[in-house]
Amino acid sequence: MNSYSQAFAWLAAPGHWAGPSGIPQRILEHLGYTGLTLLIAIAIALPVGLYIGHTGRGRDVIVPLTGAMRALPTLGIVILLALWIGGIGIQAPLIALVVLALPPVIAGAYAGLESVDRSVIDAARSIGFTGWQVLWQVEVPLALPLIVGGIRSACLQVIATWTVAAYLPVGGLGRFLYDALPNQDYAQMLAGSLIVIVLALLADGLFALVQRLATPRGVAAGRTPDVGTATRSPTRKDQTWLAPEEA
Amino acid sequence: MARTRRGLIGALGALALGALALTGCSSGNPLADDTSTASSDTVVVGSANFPESEILAYIYADALSDNGIKTDVKPNIGERDRYIAALKNGEIDLVPEYTGNLLQFFDSKATAQSSDEVYSALQKATPTGFEVLDQSPGQDADSYNVTKQFSQKYKVTSLADLKKVSVPLKVGANSEFATRPYGIPGLKKVYGVTATLVPIADSGGPNTLSALLKNQVQLADIYSTTPSIKQNHLVTLADPEHMILAQNVVPLISSAKASDKVASVLNTVSKAVTTDELIEMNTKSSVDKESAQQIAKEWLAEKKLF
Amino acid sequence: MNWVSGNWAQIAQYGLAHVWLSVPPIVIGFALSVPLGWLANRFALSRGLLLTLGGLLYAVPSLPLFTVLPSLIGTRILDPLNVEIALTLYALALMLRTAADGLASVDADVKLSASAVGFSSWRRFWGVEFPLAGPVLLAGLRVVSVSTVSLVSVGSVIGVNSLGFFFLDGYQRSFPLEVWVGVIGTVLIALVFDGLLVLAGRALLPWTRTGRRPRGIVPATLPGGEVVLR
Repeated sequence: MNSYSQAFAWLAAPGHWAGPSGIPQRILEHLGYTGLTLLIAIAIALPVGLYIGHTGRGRDVIVPLTGAMRALPTLGIVILLALWIGGIGIQAPLIALVVLALPPVIAGAYAGLESVDRSVIDAARSIGFTGWQVLWQVEVPLALPLIVGGIRSACLQVIATWTVAAYLPVGGLGRFLYDALPNQDYAQMLAGSLIVIVLALLADGLFALVQRLATPRGVAAGRTPDVGTATRSPTRKDQTWLAPEEA
Repeated sequence: MARTRRGLIGALGALALGALALTGCSSGNPLADDTSTASSDTVVVGSANFPESEILAYIYADALSDNGIKTDVKPNIGERDRYIAALKNGEIDLVPEYTGNLLQFFDSKATAQSSDEVYSALQKATPTGFEVLDQSPGQDADSYNVTKQFSQKYKVTSLADLKKVSVPLKVGANSEFATRPYGIPGLKKVYGVTATLVPIADSGGPNTLSALLKNQVQLADIYSTTPSIKQNHLVTLADPEHMILAQNVVPLISSAKASDKVASVLNTVSKAVTTDELIEMNTKSSVDKESAQQIAKEWLAEKKLF
Repeated sequence: MNWVSGNWAQIAQYGLAHVWLSVPPIVIGFALSVPLGWLANRFALSRGLLLTLGGLLYAVPSLPLFTVLPSLIGTRILDPLNVEIALTLYALALMLRTAADGLASVDADVKLSASAVGFSSWRRFWGVEFPLAGPVLLAGLRVVSVSTVSLVSVGSVIGVNSLGFFFLDGYQRSFPLEVWVGVIGTVLIALVFDGLLVLAGRALLPWTRTGRRPRGIVPATLPGGEVVLR
């Protein structure tokens, strides 16, 4: 427990709250990196996921592919890109983390669309909705909780992996960990971890809230607990990426 | 086809038991901590997390086992604070070290400068229970390097000249450079130079070099035996105040394992480790991409020490 | 490719180490998640507590957990146990919610029927609920397996070497081929583990192959007292 009191002492020291390597600056960097990574990942993954979910096409390629992508070791990919791109900027880890954030967002999007009851879509078509209208006015609103769920797990993953990526010369909260490692400075490592944990929990809470707001009222009321448990879409809204990919 | 629940539970139970056995029984696990089970005459050689240290660790281990002493190697442990801690709690017995940096680690106020002064100060500063064997003639020191253009543009050939440089200075080096007496704090204290660290975790390797060549950092901490210094015509800055001490390669060993035989084998090895030999080993590592084990084997075969 | 053949012994050594480091966390994490998942479903209080704790645990970055464990539980600095315990905690954190949800998804009517034909709650759990939750548990286990195999490599940063060694060594020598070897090796191990899990699932959960849903299955008791799922 001693290391905990030391960690809190480290957190309380005013010197650690100022300057370019102070806590506020590192948090801002971490949030900036995370936000940027998520934005790019969403811009790429959401259209792909929606396309697959809406048309059912490409599923056989993308689903195994995203599954295999989850097996990629973060540190290895980050280093590989760093060697490829060179230099000391954030480009290399940014690209790596965007790639690693794609699977949960894609999975959330297509699982969300697939969870929409076929008869609802057929009903929409029968009253003359175009494919585009079906997508934006029926499927996406109904799938929104699962879509947000995918982004939510991507967000957690991105926050966690930016700390690992600080093996490379970038800022963010991972600096506290890698800079403390050579000196066996447990206090700073623990303190750094605590900040990461708090940040992750806050982000997760925020997404939980967004997810609740995104759930259409009719869906929330009408959802039975075991809708589709045996198929692809899990009952949990927040971990869509756990969806089994049974052939 | 029907399956019984007993089959299901049995299979899972077997899996769980297997896993428990894996973690509980170290002999089944090639990574398990051998030091606790191995007989007390095994010498466990540790290394820091950069190629030269790994090569030297394998050279020590191979030389010892060529002479009938049981050895085990634990490479890539980390930086000095980590492997010294592992040495102190008996997880490793022997580690290749560098006299000056080790002296400053044990005694931050050390004033010795030359190889012999540093070595005798280090012998005194080494904690009881541990000792350094004979030092090698070979040296590998941290060194501050700038590009030729930078050196000419700002007329910098020595660390003392850096004070005149008007642009902000960034140093590419491992992250521990932020706290070491020969790193950022030393630069400030000894030469009155303010610099910021860009932490690049390759111990002055190719990524540090590329940052220097792209002027993303203006100074790079590169170990003096690294071939890239010459290849890229870098200017190694002089150190008139001897901020960086002499850095001869030296084996640090726990006294319990430093039998006469072990000591004599390692002293024979150390005598053969010259600066040129170190440079050659590093060339094989960074240019030819040979593994530390290979380089160690080839070196011992070539030297015919035993 | 010369490098691969020339360094085959080292690749095999670290690959094997990678496998040995991955298996215990996956299996133990799964074994612990089932009783804890049951406990989570049993009481409202334990559910909130366990699932929150699991979520919290999963937010802890791996590197500091590896490093700090010796000072918390008295292991030694280079002990592979540090990595294995940390990864077991992650596996458990990841698996707990799946286990709880999977067990909760078993049809209440089926459970009632089992009780009605005289199953004790112990037998009902292992003979009915656990197998019926099987497909969901398996899906969760596959995710745990993949994520554990990938996380093992971070241990190399603290000297618990696995295929991750090639990432760091490759970075220090600017040698992408070496990093590729580590990445491909890791993915291969993950794929083999996943294949084994799928095969185990087919063998142990034969009804999933027919495409029928688990809740369509009615457990029946044979004279020998065995529960057969058909």
